[in-house]
Amino acid sequence: MKYLTEFRDGAIARKLADEIHRAVTRPWKIMEVCGGQTHSIIRHGIDQLLPSSLQLVHGPGCPVCVTPLELIDRALAIAALPNVIFCSFGDMLRVPGSEKDLFRVKSDGGDVRIVYSPLDAVNLARRNPSREVVFFGVGFETTAPANAMAAHLARNEGLRNFSVLVSHVLVPPAIEAIMQSPSNQVQAFLAAGHVCSVMGYWQYPPLAERYHVPIVVTGFEPLDLLDGIRRAVLQLEAGRAEVENGYARVVTFEGNRPAQDLLSQVFEVTDRAWRGIGVIPQSGWRLSPAYRDFDAELRFQVTGIHTRESPLCRSGDVLRGAIKPTDCPAFGKECTPRHPLGATMVSSEGACAAYFDYGRFLSADELTHA
Amino acid sequence: MCLAVPGRVEEIYEGFGSRMAKVNFGGVVKEVCLAYVPEIAVGDYTIVHVGFAISRIDEAQARETLDMFRELGMLDEEFATGQQPFDSAAALAPAESGSASCESRESREPKK
Amino acid sequence: MPDQPDFSGWSCPLPLRDYPNIVLGHGGGGKLSSELVEHLFLPAFRNTALADLGDAALIDVPSGRLAFSTDSFVVRPLFFPGGSIGDLAVNGTVNDLAVSGARPLYLSAGFILEEGFPLAELARIVDRMAAAARAAGVVIVTGDTKVVEKGHGDGCYINTAGIGVRIDGIEIGPSLARPGDAILVSGFLGDHGMAIMSVREGLEFETAIESDCAPLHEMTAAIFDAAGPAVHAMRDPTRGGLASTLNEIAQASKVGISIDETALPIRPEVQSACDLLGLDPVYVANEGKLVAVVESAAAPAVLEAMRHHPKGHDAAIVGRVTKEHAGLVVARTALGANRVIPMQIGEQLPRIC
Repeated sequence: MKYLTEFRDGAIARKLADEIHRAVTRPWKIMEVCGGQTHSIIRHGIDQLLPSSLQLVHGPGCPVCVTPLELIDRALAIAALPNVIFCSFGDMLRVPGSEKDLFRVKSDGGDVRIVYSPLDAVNLARRNPSREVVFFGVGFETTAPANAMAAHLARNEGLRNFSVLVSHVLVPPAIEAIMQSPSNQVQAFLAAGHVCSVMGYWQYPPLAERYHVPIVVTGFEPLDLLDGIRRAVLQLEAGRAEVENGYARVVTFEGNRPAQDLLSQVFEVTDRAWRGIGVIPQSGWRLSPAYRDFDAELRFQVTGIHTRESPLCRSGDVLRGAIKPTDCPAFGKECTPRHPLGATMVSSEGACAAYFDYGRFLSADELTHA
Repeated sequence: MCLAVPGRVEEIYEGFGSRMAKVNFGGVVKEVCLAYVPEIAVGDYTIVHVGFAISRIDEAQARETLDMFRELGMLDEEFATGQQPFDSAAALAPAESGSASCESRESREPKK
Repeated sequence: MPDQPDFSGWSCPLPLRDYPNIVLGHGGGGKLSSELVEHLFLPAFRNTALADLGDAALIDVPSGRLAFSTDSFVVRPLFFPGGSIGDLAVNGTVNDLAVSGARPLYLSAGFILEEGFPLAELARIVDRMAAAARAAGVVIVTGDTKVVEKGHGDGCYINTAGIGVRIDGIEIGPSLARPGDAILVSGFLGDHGMAIMSVREGLEFETAIESDCAPLHEMTAAIFDAAGPAVHAMRDPTRGGLASTLNEIAQASKVGISIDETALPIRPEVQSACDLLGLDPVYVANEGKLVAVVESAAAPAVLEAMRHHPKGHDAAIVGRVTKEHAGLVVARTALGANRVIPMQIGEQLPRIC
């Protein structure tokens, strides 16, 4: 694919890795914010090319991991209702609620459907006027424009049988929460490239200044990630703390104005609970009053939800980069990809799931070389 | 978040109450909503996330970035003395602490 | 593939025209059932064993070890780019026998049809099965039809079971892989799964990708001819793709498997489709490919045998068996780093993240 394959070139990747090795003189901890970046790092083995003193901390940029448990339980309850067609992105199907996941609801008879785009859910609503179609609108700022358009089109058309269960989370407040945490060790951020393609990166200079952290807008392919790391390292070594755009082919300072305009119409900022982390003030979006008629949370008053997180699960500490998955006592024992206790073991870019697979490889290697 | 892939806009039309397009992703064609990229034209490349184009790819920037990558390390290749750059620099500069040439080089082999 | 089945070569299609859709009676064992057999299945599958219409087929089998396999087919949609449930039903079982080191001979075919299922569509499916059976050199000698009430089935489900005879001197199995063995695949990975995905509701996309559904018995025979006892294991990587097959072998043989990602044959379009939906091609199903684990000295000959076959032009050596990291499949990425390819948990799902 053009503009994708070129950014996966192995030879150039190793050159970028060499540059990083040349530049690093001290240990550094860099957080990549976005779950998609974590996925790419693990998928291509990027962290293995880096000097061992350079540690990548996997951030909370994974909607699968941070969607509040209470909302998952609400989604499961709505999906189980007889007249509902519940539409979701594939990522959410295996996320554990207090007792089950969407797959269980489906096998129990719920009409749960995977869609690629929120527009597919809108189409389902048009084609099934006698059914209630609910779309699970999760994601960061990247996905919000799509979800906003779904609500917007439904309102324009008077599509009364469509509604959205919204759980949007925002990146800049998350970065702030991480930097403000007393146990924080993150020294630089790779900002989420696609979030920035929508929002721009005008929100970051105050953060870079206030917390004295380099913030590099970074893409997702191996060369993008290595270059983002390289830029962050050069800043760290030089004691600089600036915002840099390493994804200039897609991201501009102002971002996507038409998207931001509709976002400000359809959504309003709210406090949001991040699963495992807690409430971060003003860190989420919910539907604005003009669109409340299409809010599934209001339309379906589901009761009897008893939210119960596993007491063993330490996803939140992992998401904030405070501990490594292997530090969690339940890791690999009560909690495995087959029987996940929390979201970070479910998602393909969840840090715990990644460590589980790669960790087995490491220990096997130690065994054969002992 | 944020699996978004680049594709080439092939056909633009009205549909679903919005401006839509057929976008070609390396031979795979999908219908995409262009509501957020009003400036985009047939032949342009765009980044698409969950059926929505969210940014036009600046092809000049892309080329510049790739050129910059390709030029990395070219300076060393020109000299091709087999010495690491810090070592060569240390050999030329007056010895202060001698730390540069004594610095151990991390292995470049991928870690296991 | 003709759109309408050709009834002209069949005896007396008239009774079928009375019932454009399947009704409960077609599974009842009475007149309607026998009409279905006589006027649809028999003419399509055309063989004496079936024509006897006994409760069991009586067949002669060459002496030797029998291989016996069964599979059920529930694919949706029933017709997809490059194939149909009918093609899968025949080739799936043929291939299971072939990769077990056997020559496939006879198949049974059981149908579970939903009340209301269009007869014309059943005829198209049966037509495809007949053609696939002819191409694979197997005979469908016995079968059964049941009809379930509307709403209790998905149109058409098919089960096929197959018998074959093990080729002399061939001893292969998933637990017989040995460190040092070479791993080969017979061609492009992920075609079938992505062809199905391209027509799956909610995820559709336009593409030239077609299912690779095909019988592999001739390819396997050629491989055994070329390498005989040097072949240790062979599988067809269907659901769960190459990753699942290799994980099964690694665990059964208690060995590690090392793959060079850059050696995996994947069509650019399949890679693009996977990139679009966030899928990994190594987990995507194939229906006309095989994975062979052979002594490394025999690898060139096996590769040659694969490439010589019309479906094997893109065969490649993709990795080797190792005594390290036993039970794990590890791939060397294009960057020269390593990633573990774990056993899939459940279905691979498109993602946004």
